[in-house]
Amino acid sequence: MKVSAPIPVSVIGGYLGAGKTTLVNHLLRHAGGRRLAVLVNDFGELPIDDALIEARDGNLLRLAGGCVCCSFGSDLLGALQQLSALSPPPQQLLLECSGVARPGAVARTLTLLPALQRDAVLVLADAESLRERAADRYVGELVQQQLAEADLIALNKCDRIDAATLPALQAWLADAAPRARVLPCTQGRLPPELLFGTGTAPRAGTTGPAHDASQTFASVSFEFAHAVDAQRLAGALTDPALGLLRAKGLLRDAQGAWCVLQLVGSRCQVEALPGPPPALSRLVGIGLRARWDPAALRQRLEDCRA
Amino acid sequence: MNPSRPLATHVAVRDGRILGVGALEELSGWGPYRLETRLADKVLMPGLVEGHSHLMEGAFWRFVYCGYFDRRDPNGRVWPGARTLAEVLQRLQEAQAALADPTQPLAGWGFDPIYFDNRRCVREDLDRVSTTRPVGMIHASGHIINCNSAALAAVGWLRSGIDHPGVPLGTDGLPTGELKGPEAMMQVAGVLGMDRTVLAGDKAALRLFSRLCVRAGVTTATDLASPLPDEALPMLLRTTAEDGFPTRIVPLLRLMGGPEPTILRAAALQAQGSDRLRLGRVKIVADGSIQGFSARLRWPGYYNGAPNGLWYLAPEQLQQALALALQHGVQVHVHTNGDEATDAVLDGLERALQQYPRPDHRFTLQHCQLADAAQFRRMKALGLSVNLFANHHFYWGDEHYRLTVGPERATRMNACATALASGVPLAIHSDAPITPLAPLFTAWCAVHRLTASGRTLGEHERIGVADALRAITLGAAWTLKLDGEIGSIECGKRADFCVLDDDPLALPAMQLKDLPVWGVVQDGRIFAAAELPTD
Repeated sequence: MKVSAPIPVSVIGGYLGAGKTTLVNHLLRHAGGRRLAVLVNDFGELPIDDALIEARDGNLLRLAGGCVCCSFGSDLLGALQQLSALSPPPQQLLLECSGVARPGAVARTLTLLPALQRDAVLVLADAESLRERAADRYVGELVQQQLAEADLIALNKCDRIDAATLPALQAWLADAAPRARVLPCTQGRLPPELLFGTGTAPRAGTTGPAHDASQTFASVSFEFAHAVDAQRLAGALTDPALGLLRAKGLLRDAQGAWCVLQLVGSRCQVEALPGPPPALSRLVGIGLRARWDPAALRQRLEDCRA
Repeated sequence: MNPSRPLATHVAVRDGRILGVGALEELSGWGPYRLETRLADKVLMPGLVEGHSHLMEGAFWRFVYCGYFDRRDPNGRVWPGARTLAEVLQRLQEAQAALADPTQPLAGWGFDPIYFDNRRCVREDLDRVSTTRPVGMIHASGHIINCNSAALAAVGWLRSGIDHPGVPLGTDGLPTGELKGPEAMMQVAGVLGMDRTVLAGDKAALRLFSRLCVRAGVTTATDLASPLPDEALPMLLRTTAEDGFPTRIVPLLRLMGGPEPTILRAAALQAQGSDRLRLGRVKIVADGSIQGFSARLRWPGYYNGAPNGLWYLAPEQLQQALALALQHGVQVHVHTNGDEATDAVLDGLERALQQYPRPDHRFTLQHCQLADAAQFRRMKALGLSVNLFANHHFYWGDEHYRLTVGPERATRMNACATALASGVPLAIHSDAPITPLAPLFTAWCAVHRLTASGRTLGEHERIGVADALRAITLGAAWTLKLDGEIGSIECGKRADFCVLDDDPLALPAMQLKDLPVWGVVQDGRIFAAAELPTD
């Protein structure tokens, strides 16, 4: 029996009004030919353009381009099972948490289903109201927990704050969520690559301009023939000074074995490559333009030659 | 409950309603009559109203009762409490003897290991019942399931690599078989045949539930709450309308997700009910449970230092739901266990009422176990009623004292006396099947505040028998806005009576819980508990 590779699941969290729905719609519009499956609490919270909907099947909406959208109500596990059993299986799941959910707890839920694998945990925050929310007597503690559980924090609605506020917010977040990487954005316009993990490369020529990449984000890609010490490289890439938000490597080690390196925020793991190896090793990364230093990245790669 | 006729010898009934109360001579003025003498030596009180129960109580009886305390089933059989884990396992083994198929699941309910000296049940214990069939028990609290290896294997969890707070692991890295919280429980519950459609109550469960009502003297009971799917409505309407159906059912629609669809659906449902199926009310759950440490508590939080609980609905959405309900004239009951959740309702309603003022909205706080005096004063000011969980003291009071909220707050939990002193309309409830459906027992709990170990938990919050009886009749009727129809024996009201062998006001108060219930009269129809159908 062929055991298919687990489907990566990215968790999108954040309190009410942070922009989760806007982000999900943005990602659906820029799926780039990937078969995405989106889980939302209920459809009422995700107004989907009717023109995109091809069919309705109970709690499942089939969208143009092979994507599906599923409402989970109070049975998240049931919905996750339902989606992982689809044929063909989705390439990537996006799970939009309810505003009061703890995204870290939701990510742990994924360990109950071996067909799924935790991918990025991204928490959105409304830059304008974040500090107020985080001090709220009812939900302040929850908002802070949500942030602390993130791999990536998208500081949304940055167009609504002035230039002096942003660094102050970033400093506050560095303290409130020391493990997370923070990326400022507006209207949830993020590079889809931040949320799409293993095996979900877009089909050539299908991706339009998904984000204001030239201003905020930068990406890099290396191909090389030499072997690397993947574990050491994993440690090196988590250095925040590199400005990396997400990276993926297909790497050959000194023994000739192939592995996959996945970096999300400050979390990096290395696993054996399940499929056939490529001709050359490859490392792709995406990060914040403001702190981008491809030369330093190349140097780290050199340092980790096996 | 009728000040003009607090005690009477006769009641006249016509068309299921009360024509009059008084002496036979007074009533004969209504014209020719037939004198019903079957109940001549009984005591009639207003039909009891269970303001917070679940049809699930009827559904559970198709599974094996594994509780610590004696409990009467819909057929009237009393199942003795299983006092040790060995007794629980033996009971499951006995039930298993009736199952031919070695892979057919076996499920129990009402399990309460807190009385077993903290001896935890693990999957190896239940493997002694069977290694071939899934075996599991849901706890009395409803928040935990214990299951065997076969049940874990059936959902693919008999493996390493699980990392979930609701699925504790043993030293071997495999789940222990204890599953905590809805998410961890739901899959195994499905394997055990306890999936949610079963527990929400089908026709068979509804009938069993109504028999329990007759045995408890209950003529009106809530189902708090139900998803009330459109396809279930015809069944509910048909079954409750049957000649032999003895109970008025008040299902509240559970609010899930964004508030607007639920509130609008409830408004539309108001016109679709019948006399015995009252529709159009909404239940909102704001937080979790105190003994599960998922209730939202104000400072200083849990006595044992557990982190604060969960919001089941964001306070903003709660306020939005309350505002919509006020706007559309939909009555709302809100589950709050922790005092912070209660504060969120008080704050939310205060703002919502400024937006949509509505006199006599009759919104009700359910459980509301930790409210303090200031919160009761705010309830009064905002026109809220309260339905307190009096039974909790008996079953979990010792745990609250020792572990969850500590001695001081444990003695003020479910503050019935404070509610009355503050002028907040009061009901008390069982939350059946969490605790047994038996309002006279619930009244006894509010009167004595005794825990299972015999401690009086909050002498100052005890209430009198008359007040407690009012809380399980007119008080609960008030919270459903049905107090003009039921809850007292008065001219014009429904002929709903609880038929007792003795007078609860004349008995020593300690005997209130043991007072035999002969049956009920509902809409003028007589139902003797001893003559109920059995199966």
